[in-house]
Amino acid sequence: MRLSRRADLMLRGLSGLTLLFIYIPLLIIFIYAFNTSRVLEWPPPGFTLQWFSDAITNDGARDAFLLSLKVGALATTLALVLGTLASMAVARYSFFGRETISFLVILPIALPGIVTGVALNATFTEFLDIGLSLFTVVVAHATFCIVVVYNNVVARFRRLSGNLEEASADLGATPWMTFRRVTLPNIRTALVAGGLLAFGLSFDEIIVTTFTAGTGEQTLPLWIFQNFSRPNQLPVVNVVAVLVILISIIPVYLAHRLTRDEGGAAPTGGREGVAAQAEGLTAP
Amino acid sequence: MSEGVSHAGALWDSVAFVPPVQRGKEEPVSDHQVTEVGQPEERVDVRLKGVRRTYGDVVAVADVDLDIRHNEFFTMLGPSGSGKTTMLRMIAGFEVPDRGTVEVAGRDVTTLPAYDRDVNTVFQDYALFPHMSVAENVEYGLRIAKVAKGERAERRDAALEMVRLSGYGGRKPTELSGGQRQRVALARAIVNRPRVLLLDEPLGALDLKLRQQLQIELKRIQREVGITFVYVTHDQEEALTMSDRIAVVNEGGIEQIGEPEAVYESPDNAFVAGFVGISNIVERPGGDFSIRPEKIRVLADGEGGEGLQVESGTIRQVSYAGMVTRFHVALDEGGEVQVARQNAETTSHEDEDLPGRQVRVGWRPEHAVAVGAQSGNETSTEEE
Repeated sequence: MRLSRRADLMLRGLSGLTLLFIYIPLLIIFIYAFNTSRVLEWPPPGFTLQWFSDAITNDGARDAFLLSLKVGALATTLALVLGTLASMAVARYSFFGRETISFLVILPIALPGIVTGVALNATFTEFLDIGLSLFTVVVAHATFCIVVVYNNVVARFRRLSGNLEEASADLGATPWMTFRRVTLPNIRTALVAGGLLAFGLSFDEIIVTTFTAGTGEQTLPLWIFQNFSRPNQLPVVNVVAVLVILISIIPVYLAHRLTRDEGGAAPTGGREGVAAQAEGLTAP
Repeated sequence: MSEGVSHAGALWDSVAFVPPVQRGKEEPVSDHQVTEVGQPEERVDVRLKGVRRTYGDVVAVADVDLDIRHNEFFTMLGPSGSGKTTMLRMIAGFEVPDRGTVEVAGRDVTTLPAYDRDVNTVFQDYALFPHMSVAENVEYGLRIAKVAKGERAERRDAALEMVRLSGYGGRKPTELSGGQRQRVALARAIVNRPRVLLLDEPLGALDLKLRQQLQIELKRIQREVGITFVYVTHDQEEALTMSDRIAVVNEGGIEQIGEPEAVYESPDNAFVAGFVGISNIVERPGGDFSIRPEKIRVLADGEGGEGLQVESGTIRQVSYAGMVTRFHVALDEGGEVQVARQNAETTSHEDEDLPGRQVRVGWRPEHAVAVGAQSGNETSTEEE
């Protein structure tokens, strides 16, 4: 489609503005992390690395960070197993209620977090009466982490010829061998991409976490939220936010590249890598 | 054929068939392998007994009995949806019949999963593993069967040489052409030395020239390796060219089984006559008769036509097709027949003024084959 020169310029301008609007606040957080003042004042009066050393030695922040890693890893693992199984069932077999299951698996990502949170809280504390703990946060996170795994893997399965699995069986491989030698290698990048996105989702989740975490379980987002309102902690919060941004960008960027390169057939790095990087900076 | 080919054959023989290593599924020759007549050479490799398979209300395969002999090139020929692929898939183990039994080499494998059967399949879309190299694809079955590394490499190389892809082992399937992929699929199946090789329209996706070339190669390979081939196709010429026997499949059942000559020259019924080759069916006292176009001759003026059954008619249309010229003649006694004349000594120009002319046509009485009294509308199938 060819655009007129004016429309073209306008679209470029608006796209640029939108991106600026998204990324300038992140940049400001970056700058404040090095700000000598304890309050948010603009322009920052000076430059310091003080808050970084404070953040690193802050036990609360460190524990919260480690807990978030743990929750993310566990929820992602759970989501990988369940999401893969669900996508195999939906993509490879036809059975009564298949479309319904497909819909039900995807639904949690669309539900407002607050609804999921309240519902899970009621279920855990009253209906199941098991109390809130690390386990409940992990299960709660897995409900929406499954979705990204499922979506990635089911899309890969749809492109993958079902004949491959038949061919493998035909050549003497048991179902397990077929999964390990044929299915898994062909969905591996989809699994990694789905897993990275799932981890990213879990790592910065706050609403559902609020409702499902036990009193001792403070994830990093919860810690940030709690300390944000304490004036003397604010500089450390800024530093932690910067670290979270950096940590979140990595999995999303990797996932983006993995699904782009399709099965790792294309060489990474070189021109391809640069292209992917350039795309990655403008595409999302 | 080049020196390299016979060499490949020799290498294959030396590596592949002494001693036959199987996946531990081979059973001793049983009494199943003697036919009703009791001829010992009639070893049966595949036997379907009363096999039926339905999908909802659709009967894909309707109570089929079928014996496929050891080492034969057996073709299931039929239109799409006739059930031939379903039969193949039941032999392979991808489908389980609703009733009836499937035997491979005298052993009942009806409910055995595909990976426990001594058969291998060449798929229509090749189904090569995209994440593996050509060599890894070919070695896959051997690896699963835990064949030792040295023997594996030897057999892989022999198989690749047999399909003339030596030196392609390091490539990925995506780097090959359609014909090459098809050869890899064949090598990957055959390297396991299955009792029976199943081929599901393996040349369907290729263009005509390549298809004809691979037909000849497939036939050569089948002779070299001495494996029973069960070949599914809807292409009658392919079936006639390659097969030892053909089963003409229609609507889930088998219309006729026989050698290509038998199926072509003496079709059992109008469907077979119409599906295998071009057929003229005329209704005459005593039933419907099928006469092949090349068996009918347009008689010259004053020619007697001794020994022929002669009828008169009007030429409706003349079409020149290079090798042959086809005349469509409306017979006075009813029916229209196609007459094919080899253009051995004539040119097309002589025929230009023929439409509308009264002519006499003749055929030897034995070439009018009774095909029963059913449907008069199945006069011919369209050509390629």
